Amino acid sequence: MATFFGEVLSVYSRAVEEDEDDDMTNENEEDAQIRREIEEKRSVDVHWLSQTDGSVPCSDLIIAVGPNATGFVSAHVLRSGGWTAVAWVSLWNERSPGSGRADTAPGPGEPSCILYQQKHSPSVLLCQCSCYVAEDQQFQWTEKVLGCVQTRDLTVTVLSDCSVAEYKTSDYLSESSVPFLRSLRTSAHTGPVASPALEQPNISTGLAAAVLSHCQVQRIAAVLYQCYSDVLQPDSLSMQTYRAAVSAVLKLDPTPSADVLQKITRGSELQSNLYT
Amino acid sequence: MFIASGDVAPSFKGFTLIMPAVSVGNVGQLAVDLLISTLNMARVGHFHTDCLIPMAGNNPYATPAEEAAQLCTSAEVYSHRASKLAVLQIRTPIIQTKVRSFRKLMVSWIKSSGFLRSVLLSSSQAYHRDDQQLHGTPLRHLLTPSLQKEEAQRVEELGWREMERISAFPGISDSEQRLYIPGGGVTKALYTDCCTEDISMAVVLIFCSEGDNIPDAFALVNHLNDWLHLLEKPTQGSVQWRVPPSWRLLFGSGIPPLLF
Repeated sequence: MATFFGEVLSVYSRAVEEDEDDDMTNENEEDAQIRREIEEKRSVDVHWLSQTDGSVPCSDLIIAVGPNATGFVSAHVLRSGGWTAVAWVSLWNERSPGSGRADTAPGPGEPSCILYQQKHSPSVLLCQCSCYVAEDQQFQWTEKVLGCVQTRDLTVTVLSDCSVAEYKTSDYLSESSVPFLRSLRTSAHTGPVASPALEQPNISTGLAAAVLSHCQVQRIAAVLYQCYSDVLQPDSLSMQTYRAAVSAVLKLDPTPSADVLQKITRGSELQSNLYT
Repeated sequence: MFIASGDVAPSFKGFTLIMPAVSVGNVGQLAVDLLISTLNMARVGHFHTDCLIPMAGNNPYATPAEEAAQLCTSAEVYSHRASKLAVLQIRTPIIQTKVRSFRKLMVSWIKSSGFLRSVLLSSSQAYHRDDQQLHGTPLRHLLTPSLQKEEAQRVEELGWREMERISAFPGISDSEQRLYIPGGGVTKALYTDCCTEDISMAVVLIFCSEGDNIPDAFALVNHLNDWLHLLEKPTQGSVQWRVPPSWRLLFGSGIPPLLF
């Protein structure tokens, strides 16, 4: 129904069962065809830049999701040198329409999901995921990405971030305590952890949770470091929190690349002209 | 797909399965939380599927002093061997496009596990109650034909009310009567599937509205206990259910002390 002003209102009727919108019992061949095509379009695929046979040997896999985590990887890890891009993940959804191209690798600066390999110890893989992975794709993403690495003696480290507004605690958080890191780990992970455990009733969702769930049921050692930040945009202080966690796996340069850091943190500033 | 957390897959032969429907106010899920927490049930496996939105957290039932660092996922199975009880807890919504495959998965798991009977805890929008439903208790039940044979008598003794069928076109006298569970998520579809697949299943539901649904969860779980006697009811008062620590801070974090 459209009103005088032209906006469309959803009309509510008691006679219609609002809950059963996708009752697909009387679906015809054409509907099924359309559904299959949509499903195909939303499929997640890993593309290797060089020929690989079977699963890649891997001792450590680091997965970074979220603006701070991917920013940390760009400024602190990839800059320490010695990383080559080995694969990329193609996926399509409404929020990342550009990452769906299966034939061309994403260019620099584009939202993407790229796997890197360390040159001097090739068993260390790093996955930087800066594109949005939709809820229905997260399971598939995890199966595909973890499906192409050897899972024996593998340790997965997931870096993720979250707003401190979502952190629940009975004590009031003072400003000086933010940003901070919390961890979650699978039963198979027995090694040391660089931060306190995530307290109930806090939870982790999204891609990080999908990876952790997969590792839990497949009995892969995995640990998630979730950074709670009070800044909307990526910032250097929040990125700094991952250092302790990642330096257990990798050797990091003592200082991050200033150029890259500036690029990441400046990106959002320029859009606002409210207080110029 | 069910994945056992131990090396040996547990047997559920002759067990009663209790599971929630993700429905209005999450009442079924809260009630299941109360069961797991009070009976101190052990986790026996995960339900790993692409039909649910992923989630991870630490053990929601551990008191702060205990070892809380046990990873929990979006759907897990708990068991209580002594009372032959298995409980499936679902912690996240079902992905819209995968509702049908989720139902298929549930039906095939229930069939292959050899459960004696299953109970689906659910809820329905209170504002959709029609004139005949408005009278009396907000609790309703539904039994599949195969469970009807065994339990119909017992349920009648308890004075339980069956979920009313509603005419498709109100006001027209001989219009078709049909089952109507708004806000019940998969409840109706799963119940219909279980009827056609000849599975012994009961739906126990409560009419409620979105808000603080903890009282609804207590009402639902007490109602269920009247039937299944999971916990002995004291002669005076009601069963003391143990609220899991993860229910804390349901309405947000602590208040900044500088306010006062």
